[in-house]
Amino acid sequence: MTVTALAVTSRRARFGDAMLWLSGGALATSLLLVLGLLVLVMWNGLGYFWQAPLAELELRDGSRVLGEIVERKGDEMRVHLGNRDLGGDDFRWIRNADVRSTAFPPEALLLERSEYGRFYGFPVAVKRGDAVLREGAPAVLASLEELLAAKRAERASQLDGLRGEIRRENVELERLRLEKRDASEVEARYEASAAELARREAAYGADALVMRTAGGREQSVPLSHVVRAVRANQLGTGGKLALYASRVGEFLWDDPRESNTEGGIFPAIFGTVLLVLLTSVAVSPLGVLTALYLREYAKEGLFVRSVRIAVNSLAGVPSIVFGVFGLGFFVYGIGGTIDALFFADRLPTPTFGTGGLLWAGLTLALLTLPVVVVATEEGLAAVPRIVREGSLALGATKVETLVRVVLPAALPGALTGLILAMARAAGEVAPLMIVGMVKLAPSLPLDGEFPFVHLERKFMHLGFHIYDVGFQSPNVEAVRPLVFATALLLILVVLCTNLTAILIRNHLRRKYAGSGV
Amino acid sequence: MQPARSPDLARLPEFEKAVLRVQKLSLWYAANQALYDIDLEVPERKITALIGPSGCGKSTLLRCINRMHDLVDGVRVAGEIVFHDRNIFAHEVDVFGLRRRIGMVFQKSNPFPKSIYENVAYGSRIHGIGGRSQLDEIVEKSLVRAGLFDEVKDRLHASALGLSGGQQQRLCIARAIAVEPEVILLDEPCSALDPIATQKIEELMQELKERYTIVIVTHNMQQAARVADSTAFFLMGNLVEFDKTETMFTNPTDKRTEDYRTGRFG
Repeated sequence: MTVTALAVTSRRARFGDAMLWLSGGALATSLLLVLGLLVLVMWNGLGYFWQAPLAELELRDGSRVLGEIVERKGDEMRVHLGNRDLGGDDFRWIRNADVRSTAFPPEALLLERSEYGRFYGFPVAVKRGDAVLREGAPAVLASLEELLAAKRAERASQLDGLRGEIRRENVELERLRLEKRDASEVEARYEASAAELARREAAYGADALVMRTAGGREQSVPLSHVVRAVRANQLGTGGKLALYASRVGEFLWDDPRESNTEGGIFPAIFGTVLLVLLTSVAVSPLGVLTALYLREYAKEGLFVRSVRIAVNSLAGVPSIVFGVFGLGFFVYGIGGTIDALFFADRLPTPTFGTGGLLWAGLTLALLTLPVVVVATEEGLAAVPRIVREGSLALGATKVETLVRVVLPAALPGALTGLILAMARAAGEVAPLMIVGMVKLAPSLPLDGEFPFVHLERKFMHLGFHIYDVGFQSPNVEAVRPLVFATALLLILVVLCTNLTAILIRNHLRRKYAGSGV
Repeated sequence: MQPARSPDLARLPEFEKAVLRVQKLSLWYAANQALYDIDLEVPERKITALIGPSGCGKSTLLRCINRMHDLVDGVRVAGEIVFHDRNIFAHEVDVFGLRRRIGMVFQKSNPFPKSIYENVAYGSRIHGIGGRSQLDEIVEKSLVRAGLFDEVKDRLHASALGLSGGQQQRLCIARAIAVEPEVILLDEPCSALDPIATQKIEELMQELKERYTIVIVTHNMQQAARVADSTAFFLMGNLVEFDKTETMFTNPTDKRTEDYRTGRFG
C-alpha cells in the first residue's frame, strides 16, 4: 500500500481564495465609486455657500480689482469680480506674477443683487433721487442693515398685498371676458390698483446705494435690488457660519433669479417631490392590480406569458419614447379632449391640452409600471399556497383571501418596487422635457387659489434644473458650484423619498413579520 | 382489483350517529383515478383516523370533505358525501358556509402573517361574527380550548410567526375552532412536530372530541392506535378496512391491514 503525501494547498482551493478577493474587490470598487461621487458633489456643492474674504489686488499694470479668489491653479488664480452691469468679466484668471500687492480692506462690501448678480466695491453714499441720505463709508455701513430691513418691510407691507390684489382682479377680468359680461367696474378698479402699484414701486426703488469699484468707478445700486450686503472681511467664524446657513436657507426656500443662476431652487424641489408623489399615487394601484390579475387570476398560458414579456420589455424602452407617447396620448389626446369639452371658452389657449404636472406624472407612472408589476408579482408569488389554503379552509372567498391575507403579505414586495420606481421617477428628465417641465415656472402647482392644486400647470424639476443651469446658462462659470449643489439636493430628495418608503415598508414587514418577502 | 366488501363495511353500529356519510365516492385527477367507490361513515364526536401508505388517497378524501379539492384544476368526483342530509357536492351548497362548519388543519402549520389575535379572529371576521368584545371572547375561548392561551396571553398582538412549530399548529387548531365548526379535519397535523409537541396535540384531540367530530389523516400507526376511536385503512385509492381502532389493531379482517400494520409494506 502506497501512501501519497497530502498536498499542501490545492489549486482548486486557491481559486476559491481568488474568487473571494475578486468579488470583494468588485464590491469595494463600487462602494468607493459611490463614495467618491458623493464626496465630489458635496465638496463642490457645499463650498458654494461659504464666504471667502474680499481681496483687493493691485496689478502690475496699475489697475486694481476687488473680488473673491475662488480657485488657485499653478501660478494662476481665478477671481470672482462680479459687477456684470459695468461690463467686463464676472470671473477672471489672474497670474500670480501680475499681482503687485494684496489687501483685505475692512470696508469692502459684497452686494448680492436681484439683478446683474454680485457687486464688489466700497460704499460711498445712500441717495434718494438726488438727495444724499448718508455720506461716507462709515456712515453708510453703520446704517446699511437698518435701511435694507426697512426696504424689506416696505415691500412686504406696500407691494406684496397690492400685487396679490392685482392678480385677483386680473383673474376676475379674464373670467368676465370669457363670460362676455360687463367688466368696466373691475377694469376701473384694476387701473386704479395698477397706478397705485406703479407709484409705490417708484418710491420703493427710489433709494440707491452709491458704490465705488476698486477701479474707482461709481455705480448706483437701487437698495430694492440688494438681497444681501456682506462685509466679508469683517466676519468672524460665527458670522460666516450664520451667513452660510442663511445662504443655504435661501437656496432651499427661495425662487430662482437671474435665469436660475442665483437665488433658490424651491420651485424645482417642490416640483420634483410633487411629481414623484403623483407618479407613486398613479403607478401603485395600477401596478398592484395588474400584478394581482397576472399572478392570481389569469391562467398561465401564451397570453399571460406574452403580457409578462411585454411588461418587462416596457422597462427597456428608452424614456424619451415614453415622453413622446405622453405628449401624443395624454397631452394632445386626453388633454385636448378635456379642453374641447370643458374649457372650450378659453381656446385656443390650452388648459389641459399642454404639458403639465398631471401628464408628466402619468407618463412617469407608465415608465415605472414594469418595476412595480414585477416586484408585486414576486411578492405575491412568495406567499405560500398553504397560507392561502388556510384562509380558504376557514370559509373565506378568494377575494377575501387576497385582500386580507395575500395582499398584506405581498405589500412589502410591492413597496420595494415602488421605491425603485420613485428613484427612477425622481431622476428622469428626458420624457419630462416634452410633457410639461419648464426652465422657469411662473407659479407653483399648489397655491392659495381655488382649487389649490393645479395639476395642469407647468413645473420645475431638479434634474432639468441641473442641465439648464449647468449648460444653458449665460454665465456657466459662475454657476458651476450651483450645479453641484443642485445635484446634491436631488440626491437628498431621492434619498428622503426612498427613506420614507423604506420606513413604511419596514413597518409593514414588522407588522406582517416573516412574510418571506 | 376491487376488494370484497360487505355492505356494512362502512358502518360501525357501535357508534350511535354518523355526522358524515361518504357514499360511493370516486375521484379523478384528470385521467388518473385516485379514489374508488369509497363508502364510509364518520361517527359523531369521535376521532376517525385515515391511515395507509403515501399516495393511497387518504389526504385526497380528507380534502374532499370540505371541498378543498375544488381548488385543484381538472378534478372530477362521482358519488356523494352527505352532511346533514345534503350532498356537499350539490350545486346549491354554499361552499364557504360548508368550510366554516367543516374546518381543516394542515400538515404544515400555516398561520397568517398577522398577530396571534388576528389569526384566531380571522374566521369570525370573514363570517361577520361579533363586535370587538365578542371577538375578544372568541379568541380567548378558542386559544384556551387549543391549550395555547397560557403560553401566548401576554403577546396576543405579536406576530404569529414568532411561535414555535407546535404552538403554530395549536394556533391553527384554535383558528379552526374559533368559527365553531362541527367537524375538524386534521391532515397529518403532527408530521412536522417533535414528540413533545405531538403529545400535546394528541392530548388536545382527546379534549376536542367532546365537542367536535375529528377526522385525522396520519402516517403514524402508533398515533392512530393512541388517539382514534375508529380507523380506516386505505390502499391505492380503495378503502380496505374500516373498524373500531381496537379491533383494527388487534384482529383485522383483511390480511393487507395486518401486513401494513406490522410493517411488511408501506
